[in-house]
Amino acid sequence: MIKSLLDRPVPATILVAMLLAVTALGVARFPRSIVVFMLFQASIFLLYFARIPRWLKVSLTVVALGVLMPVLGTINAYYMEIAIQVGIFAALALGLNIVVGLAGLLDLGYVAFFAVGAYSWAIFGSPQANLIFGGNAFPLPPWWFFAFLLVGVGVAAGAGILLGLPVLRLHGDYLALVTLGFGEVIRVLANNLDKPINITNGPKGITPIGRPPIFFAPLLQALGIDPNPNVIYPLYLYALVLLIVGVTVLVNRRLEDSHIGRAWEAIREDQTAAQAMGVPLVRMKLLAFACGASFAGAVGVLFAAKQVFVNPESFTFMESIGVLAMIILGGMGSIPGAILGAAVVTVLNLQVLKGLSLWLNELRNAGVTIFGYSLANLPTQLEPAKYERMVFGLILVLMMIFRPQGILPARRRTRELQEPVEP
Amino acid sequence: MDYELLIGIFPQVLLDGITLGFMYALIALGYTMVYGVLEFINFAHSEIFIVGAFVGVELLLTFKAAGWLDVLPWVVVLVVVLLVGMAASGLLAVVVERTAYRPLRHAPRLIPLISAIGVSFFLQDAIRLVESIWRNAFNLVYPSMDALNHRFELTHTIDVSVKSLVVIVAALLMLWGLHNLVNRTKIGKAIRAVAEDQAAASLMGINVNRIISLTFLIGGAMGGGAGVLFGVQYSLINPYTGFIPGLKAFTAAVLGGIGNIPGAMLGGLVLGLLESFAAAYLSLLTGGAFGAEYKDIFAFSILILILIFRPKGILGEIVRERA
Repeated sequence: MIKSLLDRPVPATILVAMLLAVTALGVARFPRSIVVFMLFQASIFLLYFARIPRWLKVSLTVVALGVLMPVLGTINAYYMEIAIQVGIFAALALGLNIVVGLAGLLDLGYVAFFAVGAYSWAIFGSPQANLIFGGNAFPLPPWWFFAFLLVGVGVAAGAGILLGLPVLRLHGDYLALVTLGFGEVIRVLANNLDKPINITNGPKGITPIGRPPIFFAPLLQALGIDPNPNVIYPLYLYALVLLIVGVTVLVNRRLEDSHIGRAWEAIREDQTAAQAMGVPLVRMKLLAFACGASFAGAVGVLFAAKQVFVNPESFTFMESIGVLAMIILGGMGSIPGAILGAAVVTVLNLQVLKGLSLWLNELRNAGVTIFGYSLANLPTQLEPAKYERMVFGLILVLMMIFRPQGILPARRRTRELQEPVEP
Repeated sequence: MDYELLIGIFPQVLLDGITLGFMYALIALGYTMVYGVLEFINFAHSEIFIVGAFVGVELLLTFKAAGWLDVLPWVVVLVVVLLVGMAASGLLAVVVERTAYRPLRHAPRLIPLISAIGVSFFLQDAIRLVESIWRNAFNLVYPSMDALNHRFELTHTIDVSVKSLVVIVAALLMLWGLHNLVNRTKIGKAIRAVAEDQAAASLMGINVNRIISLTFLIGGAMGGGAGVLFGVQYSLINPYTGFIPGLKAFTAAVLGGIGNIPGAMLGGLVLGLLESFAAAYLSLLTGGAFGAEYKDIFAFSILILILIFRPKGILGEIVRERA
């Protein structure tokens, strides 16, 4: 019934707009209820599925993400945090989507490029660089953050090519393992490059990292708004994340329908045939690695500025798998799929599992008994929030068995994922 | 540089490297057997391996609580624990194959690999869940047995612990057994036939599914045995400890020539020695600039170099790679 409603423009528009309004009001009324916020998020996705005229869809999305979300974010700061995280992971997923989804190169060390971006700003945006070059010239002034968004792109793209060059001959699972090894090497380096020259400050990590300047503070004051950094920064970062995701989506879209995108898909479907048709394999594969990596680099810079702190913990194999789970869940090679996957996995992780932990703790503290078993006796190690891997693992296995093409498959369906090969 | 020190520690480093190498070789067997038959990297093998270690520690703790550790001879205890660990891991491998790999056997290559990564992650937290409920802890320590901690002093700088000897002897026995099983028995012949050509093997009256299950059983059992030995050797285990040794064992398998049993052993030994020497000498040779923590980079660099320059490994034959 809902589907038939969503298929007709007028009822669909009314339904979705009402849902957005009701859930947003709900969040405003019950700022601590996780379920209500999840309903709000779900209605944003309903917007995507509804058959609504394009201009209306775009404007509703702008209202939801540009107005409702920031307002709700000021009511409960944690929701802003979730929104920023979803954005960061969406941009990462879109980048990995180029490498894995479009070009069919399974990359298990993707988070390395994210790390490269994050460390590039972390080192120069903090006093850390003084330890390398001596003197007292660092941290760079906050304005440099914007330059470093580009530097992050460049450095990560360079790392992508560096990884791509030697592994071009490999494909399939060998490629996956080499990228995994590369990711681990980057992590070990980040962990240990605190001597002989202190570059990454080792496991302790780097802090404080400069944040982008609030260049519009005078404007806000003129408008009579108090530019309190604690309120402004999350909104500001959120806007930056939205911008990056927007640019990423745009570039992805353009790439998909370009020469290059077609070449990537040709390589993914059949490398030999693609080569025979004149696709320059080497150049295209390197380009895929560089493109995918460059997004991760830019997001990394933003991540470092958001956290004000980076350490190797944030760049483990676990994170690579997390991003991979996102694009597999959403649908490989599909842009809305990557975003949906990022949202679902992040929300699952930050909201559902954390919420379960909180809930369990409350029950435990209240001494509730179920079937004569007092929950206060539950082991303290039993924390749902710590079972992220279990959830990722289940997602990966179940998706592979039941729906390898993902929730929102790409329009051009991929042979790679669907047709059986002859045994 | 202190050459006397460099040379002085040489035999000890060699010995440690051999122990470590046999450990890698044992884990590598699981990867190699499955790859040989299915041309598929069983990414979850490192967790199947660590499950063996957990079953072992649970059993030992139970024995200890019952006071049997002091009564029974240590060899008996160790053999029992090894066998139970092997059985548990072997069965787990079969279950994993049934649920997560078999439905995907004819799917494109990427799909079972991703499923295997999923199983690996799932198992890590599943072990943690079970141990958290059971013991409210997931970092477990192997109960020490006095006899195992005994060290034979060869010279005043070199000594061999009974633990290391146990690892080496057990590994050699298991390798020998596996080699005989694959090359001398009817089952081994069937496994080799399935590895060669599944369709033709089934035409010859071989139950391919059964043989594949059996391969997982044997590979998993080898992993479980390695897990118990790993626990005995290094004492402290948690659900995530299996990952890095697993990855290195895979490197060893590739290094020796994946799908090749003597190759796995050779690769394991080479990697173990290399790592042990890197850990001991890196800091000495670079004047303290780079320390033992870089030994992991060696393993991964070897993996990358081998895959690029000689994907068939040291002993491997050229295998065609399905895209």
